[in-house]
Amino acid sequence: MATAVVSSTLSVPNRDSVASEPPVPPREVVARDKPNDSGGSILVSWERSADDGGGRESVTEYRIFRSTPGGTFESIGSARKGVEEFADVQTIDGTEYLYVVRAFDGVSLSPPSTSEVVVSSAQWFHTGRTNILVGGVVLSFFVLWFIRKAKRGEELYIRPIAGLEAVDEAVGRATEMGRPIMYIPGIMDMDNIQTIASMVILGRVARKAAEYETPLLVPTSRSIVMSAAQETVKEAYLDAGRPDAYDSDKIMYLTDDQFGYAAGVDGLMLREKPATIFYMGCFYAESLILAETGHSTGAIQIAGTAMPSQLPFFVTACDYTLIGEELFAASAYLSKEPLLLGSLKGQDWGKAIFIALLVGGIVLVSLGFTRIIEWLATG
Amino acid sequence: MQRQIPLVITFLAGTVMIMQYFIPHWPFSALQQLFNRWYLVIAVFAMILGIGNLVKVHWQRLYRRKSGWWYSVVLLLALGVMGIAGIGGGIERGTFFYYLYWNMYIPMSSTMFALLAFFVASASYRAFRARTTEASLLLGAAILVMLGRVPLGNYLWDKFPLVGEWIMDYPNMAGQRAIMIGIALGVVSTSLRIILGIERTYLAGK
Repeated sequence: MATAVVSSTLSVPNRDSVASEPPVPPREVVARDKPNDSGGSILVSWERSADDGGGRESVTEYRIFRSTPGGTFESIGSARKGVEEFADVQTIDGTEYLYVVRAFDGVSLSPPSTSEVVVSSAQWFHTGRTNILVGGVVLSFFVLWFIRKAKRGEELYIRPIAGLEAVDEAVGRATEMGRPIMYIPGIMDMDNIQTIASMVILGRVARKAAEYETPLLVPTSRSIVMSAAQETVKEAYLDAGRPDAYDSDKIMYLTDDQFGYAAGVDGLMLREKPATIFYMGCFYAESLILAETGHSTGAIQIAGTAMPSQLPFFVTACDYTLIGEELFAASAYLSKEPLLLGSLKGQDWGKAIFIALLVGGIVLVSLGFTRIIEWLATG
Repeated sequence: MQRQIPLVITFLAGTVMIMQYFIPHWPFSALQQLFNRWYLVIAVFAMILGIGNLVKVHWQRLYRRKSGWWYSVVLLLALGVMGIAGIGGGIERGTFFYYLYWNMYIPMSSTMFALLAFFVASASYRAFRARTTEASLLLGAAILVMLGRVPLGNYLWDKFPLVGEWIMDYPNMAGQRAIMIGIALGVVSTSLRIILGIERTYLAGK
């Protein structure tokens, strides 16, 4: 699709005074309001000129003109040959527009092909995302349903997650060795859901660290994360009845730079020799640099990330790894609170639906019912 | 009240952001950009806090002559010099800041990145020791993919690239997608818990 390039105002000549014969005009010019947008945009489409991809092969581009009924046509942009659509993104909602598309061969313009009158408007619902809405509602229903069941006191079984079972052991080990715990919340900011999940887990780990009176180091690579981590740890220490043990300087900002942060954390690991290292959050190429350095210090390492490309590195270098969704399940799992466990159960049911959809989709597509691909595609 | 206000803000912000995804109409269409701008404003203030924390921690280390205090001297000097060079002389090509950036920062950053090659080698050595069935499968797959991606593999058997490609496109892709679906569900569930105030660990709520 061509993007709108609004050129200076240009009146459309009715006839081009050139010696060569003008190209054949494009056909079926249709202008319609761009669907699922916030207004201010009209899509113009046409069928290519007979001289584009055939005939004399003379068309070099299409020129698009716009006018209000009774007004003068002005050039609003062009589209390369072979293209059959143009988006006019500078319309005023509620105003009537007419569009003219003319083929151009480098010398002369074809006779005009005109569209019907069209008006742009904003939509109140994005129809291309209906399936996401349905999926979200179904998943939310299951989550809320199981939360309700948990509220009524029903016992919910959650499968054991080795990495989370080891958290107590890891914190206890640091206490026994008299060495600190290091918690690394990834390198992304607080607008990343993995960092938010990491803060939630940090709260649980900090509470245990406070109970065991073990120092907790949290080097961060974003200042907002540092502020959030300080608040989270402070509240956890208060909650554990050990506000005196809280030291804000142990939750420190290093740098926003990816490898600068990796160097800083590596240095801390080698100097402070933490007995336990948690890597929870969003990591990129620095993951292996950190985890291998941590491994070399002999620390017990527990990692959790939703970055599939970094998971193999953590699986290799760490003692336990929370894979993808387990990172988001960690807080509920560690707290054992019925309400949170209920939401985990709902999540598992959502997964079961996805598996059923996948299997059903494979069967249906294999049987020739390909419409399901359209239903599940997002707009 | 101290707990209720953050919960209400979280609920409103979360709900509005979900709604703007499904409703392109104004005012929802403008809200995401508005919220992002607010976030940037907050981030600027948080940056001041971050730099303040950095200076405080290292100044204390220097003042108390803690072990490794000379590293703090280097850090504070580097912070000061880069800050003064950037604010005083600008950051364009030809400035002192630009010189420091290209001749100190970039080489040091590249050095850290280059370490990855050695860490990949040491991690691979541990991962590929065929002690269990799973590790043996991993080793076998790794060898096939490696042979498929180096000229020697193609020289030995011209089907190695195809085998390597098949492993990446099917078993590997299937595994990655399964993880991605789980992650998406985890994200929805976590978001729901936070928006509805069920998850409030970050407020130290029980």
